[in-house]
Amino acid sequence: MLAFTIYLSFAGALLLAFMPRAWARTARGFALIVALAGLAVALTAFVQAGGQGSMAISDQAWVPSMGIHYTLAADGISRVLVLLTGLAAVAGILFSWNIGDGEADRANEFFAFFLALIGGVYGVFLSVDLFLLFVFYEIAIVPKYFLIAIWGSTRREYAAMKLALYSFAGSAMVLIGLLAAYAQAGSHTMNLHMLAQYPFPIRFQMWVFPLVFTGFAILAGMWPFHTWAPTGHVAAPTAASMLLAGVVMKLGAYGCLRVAMTLFPHGLDPWGFSFLGIGSWRTVFALFAVIGIVYGAAVALVQNDFKFVIGYSSVSHMGLVLLGLLTLTQIGIDGAVLQMFSHGILAGLLFATVGRIVYVRTHTRDLALLSKLQLGKAMPFAATLFVIAGMASMGLPGFSGFIAEVQVLIGAWHAFPWFAIVAGVGIVVGVAYTWRAMQRAFFSDTPALDAQGMAVSVPEYDPVTWPEIAGTILLVGTSLLIGLYPRLLLDVIAPAVQSLPHALLTGGR
Amino acid sequence: MIPVLTLLTAIPGVAGLLALMAGRRAGLAKAIAIIATAASLVLALRIWFGLGTAGTMQFVERADWIPTLGIEYHLGVDGLGASMLLLAAIVSLMAISASRNVTSNPGLYFALMLLLESGLFGTFTALNFFHWFLFWELSLIPAFFLIKLWGGEGRGRAATQFFVYTMVGSVGLLLSFLALYLAAGSMDFETLAGMAASGELATAIAGHLGPISLWLALGTLLGFAVKVPLMPFHTWLPATYSKAPTPVTMLLTGAMSKMGVYGLLRLALPIFGAQLAEMRMPLLTLATLTVVFGAWAAAVQKDLKRVFAYSSVNHLGYCLLAIFAVALPSGSSAATALSQTAALDGVLLQMFNHGLTAAAIFWFLSMLESRSGGGLDINDFGGLRQPAPVFCGLMGIALFSSLGLPGLNGFVSEFLIFRGVFPLTWLSATVSVLGLLITAAVILTVIQRVFTGPVPERWKAFPDLTASERFTVAPALILMAVLGLMPQLILGTVNATVMHWLAGWRL
Repeated sequence: MLAFTIYLSFAGALLLAFMPRAWARTARGFALIVALAGLAVALTAFVQAGGQGSMAISDQAWVPSMGIHYTLAADGISRVLVLLTGLAAVAGILFSWNIGDGEADRANEFFAFFLALIGGVYGVFLSVDLFLLFVFYEIAIVPKYFLIAIWGSTRREYAAMKLALYSFAGSAMVLIGLLAAYAQAGSHTMNLHMLAQYPFPIRFQMWVFPLVFTGFAILAGMWPFHTWAPTGHVAAPTAASMLLAGVVMKLGAYGCLRVAMTLFPHGLDPWGFSFLGIGSWRTVFALFAVIGIVYGAAVALVQNDFKFVIGYSSVSHMGLVLLGLLTLTQIGIDGAVLQMFSHGILAGLLFATVGRIVYVRTHTRDLALLSKLQLGKAMPFAATLFVIAGMASMGLPGFSGFIAEVQVLIGAWHAFPWFAIVAGVGIVVGVAYTWRAMQRAFFSDTPALDAQGMAVSVPEYDPVTWPEIAGTILLVGTSLLIGLYPRLLLDVIAPAVQSLPHALLTGGR
Repeated sequence: MIPVLTLLTAIPGVAGLLALMAGRRAGLAKAIAIIATAASLVLALRIWFGLGTAGTMQFVERADWIPTLGIEYHLGVDGLGASMLLLAAIVSLMAISASRNVTSNPGLYFALMLLLESGLFGTFTALNFFHWFLFWELSLIPAFFLIKLWGGEGRGRAATQFFVYTMVGSVGLLLSFLALYLAAGSMDFETLAGMAASGELATAIAGHLGPISLWLALGTLLGFAVKVPLMPFHTWLPATYSKAPTPVTMLLTGAMSKMGVYGLLRLALPIFGAQLAEMRMPLLTLATLTVVFGAWAAAVQKDLKRVFAYSSVNHLGYCLLAIFAVALPSGSSAATALSQTAALDGVLLQMFNHGLTAAAIFWFLSMLESRSGGGLDINDFGGLRQPAPVFCGLMGIALFSSLGLPGLNGFVSEFLIFRGVFPLTWLSATVSVLGLLITAAVILTVIQRVFTGPVPERWKAFPDLTASERFTVAPALILMAVLGLMPQLILGTVNATVMHWLAGWRL
């Protein structure tokens, strides 16, 4: 049944592409209905299957002479991420409701690309055949390119090209690794479950693992390959930023876990020698992850563009996901998957506040300018929302981020105590940059002065619209629900993590 | 039984004479050309669907021709031949329908187009060198005159360069096969391949002519290396592609470039497989260079026709890579055989897919050219999405097919090639991945410069595709999507042919 998330999205995209340009309002309504239907399917499957093991969805011969099958299946991790995709899709459309207001926006094309991107993301999370997974992974690159290149802002063409080329470079690395694995295992099958049974030689795993892991990690924003992320997030229209940070970066992390680590677990083993205290690919990537956490947070602390603050915070938060995966402990990987979900919701909320609610009314994202606008008084809704989202993003207990980050840190404490301490510092910096952005954007004491030095009155802004409120309730509600009752997700994630290859759960001391 | 293959080759030839008689009546000449090509397409489809999955030569026609020289009239097609016939018919139809505003001597123009088509059909069906070579050269002459008489500025030089390069290659080919004839007493492809597989051929050459097998292989390769082209024999191509009238470029890149790959598969691999294996490393190096530098050269061009000319070099480079990777010294395991099958399957698909996609891209360029009044500089355009959304949307499909986006045809064949080549020569395959990346950058740059960004004042009223233009190009685009999603449609037949080859060849 979950396969319908894919089919609905692509069918919706196709219909929208052929819809007359004048039907802008119809187009966005239709897109919302399609996204809601996808979310309903995802939610039903989540409730019905819960924490059960991997369940086959579809298995048909596709290119039989090459052993390529159209195989879809979902386990707990897939179900959680599919649910996240459904939520992000609905929220993304709600927060881009202004796009259908004028015909010049080309709402039908915008939502067609949007749904095609969503369809590709669903596809990656559900594919078992690696060929199919790669197909969906590549398909997802194109719509995001167009969403940024056509509807974007700051240096959109540069950002779109950079993002597309980073993605293609990553997928080329993945392709080489997958072909090598396929050939090594006797060229019979591309099925992930079957390939995972094959005992790849250690030497082989030692070079293929870093290749495939890096290929996927580029999309997860791993330092030092993260530079596409902030520019891409900033240039993208709000809904696309929400999807990029919310789900597309998760594709990378998902690939790291599902493909690189599952197929080549011994690529994480020690090399047998150590250089500057680094003795395995696992330590190398964990180090990159930790640098990403601290560096992303530190850079976010000095940004003047409000969206860049959020963009770099995504790099920092995704670093925690990668660190969690590399702990190779049950609790760390549980935390990483939960962090994927949590960050997907919270990044969406932050981008919606900054890029939609505030920017559409003030037409600026410059923190220095915003600090003079007294937004705390002029836009109480936005201010409240950013406080909530910021608290959640800092990892305050009660929200989804807290429980995820705590699990990652506990896992990391077992595996890499020093890294855990440094990552903890990164989280403290996270509090600082969120606080700073909140202060400057909403609660600055600088009185607004006009040219003559006279204080100006609080400006009037458009009232908050119903889609903004609906989207806010959806995202804040989800984050609170998971924060207060994390078992909803953990009971689904934990069994799936437990059934990962044994070699992946040996990280503790 | 009707000799279908002879009929197929004869239709455009006869129609060419009729078109010539139409003289200055451009409409009439074009109508004749379109009807004849449509009839050829129907016949080519009939051949494709009548092929079955045996993998052997079908629709065989044999008759004595010059008995004293042992030359037979021998025609036949397998999955390779039939897919190329289909491609040649589709590309010809697109090229002829894109030929507008032929003001000077339209009768001759369409007659030459039809003659070129006939030459293509002949090359893809002949199984005797004498007969094959006739058509190989026959297709060269109309191409030369089409460039020389209807080309853009600098056409004379381009046409001569094209002619001389191809001729030099052909001479190498001819000399090699004359020597083979002296040694083996046959010009029949199947006979020669059989002798090569059993080792008789090498003995015969050594006995009659001395140790020159390698030289014969080199002479044969030269002919094909120029035609495909393989670097460093590509220098004729950019000038030719950019100076030729765009419909002729469609035929050159869509169908004629495949003659070279066809020759490698039909002549070089089965007859000189062992010699190719000896030269495998240098050949693979050249093929990898062709892939990477073809893409790189496309990236630095400004003229859109040149961009896609070099992009074609890159795309056919993958075919060369796979063909040279398949040529292994001897004795192969089951896994190797599987990789060889995948690589050759990929080559056959890539030939068809590249032909279709490149023809479609040049078709769009011809539309762009006729609207811009001639200029095709990449920096002259911008923001065409706004005045012409349908044009950009449809051309986008063709461009993404060229980029190798999954879901469209190009991805499947390139994937199969890499899947096959990787286990055979991992280093060349890995380096060639760079070609994929650079091509992606090239295509995205074209999209960015031409489709997006601000619209210059003079393109504010850029006319979108008309209904009849949409109708013309739609079948090709639909075919791209269908082959991308259901490659099995064409792969089934192609795979049977490749399996049959590998069973018979000594690789």
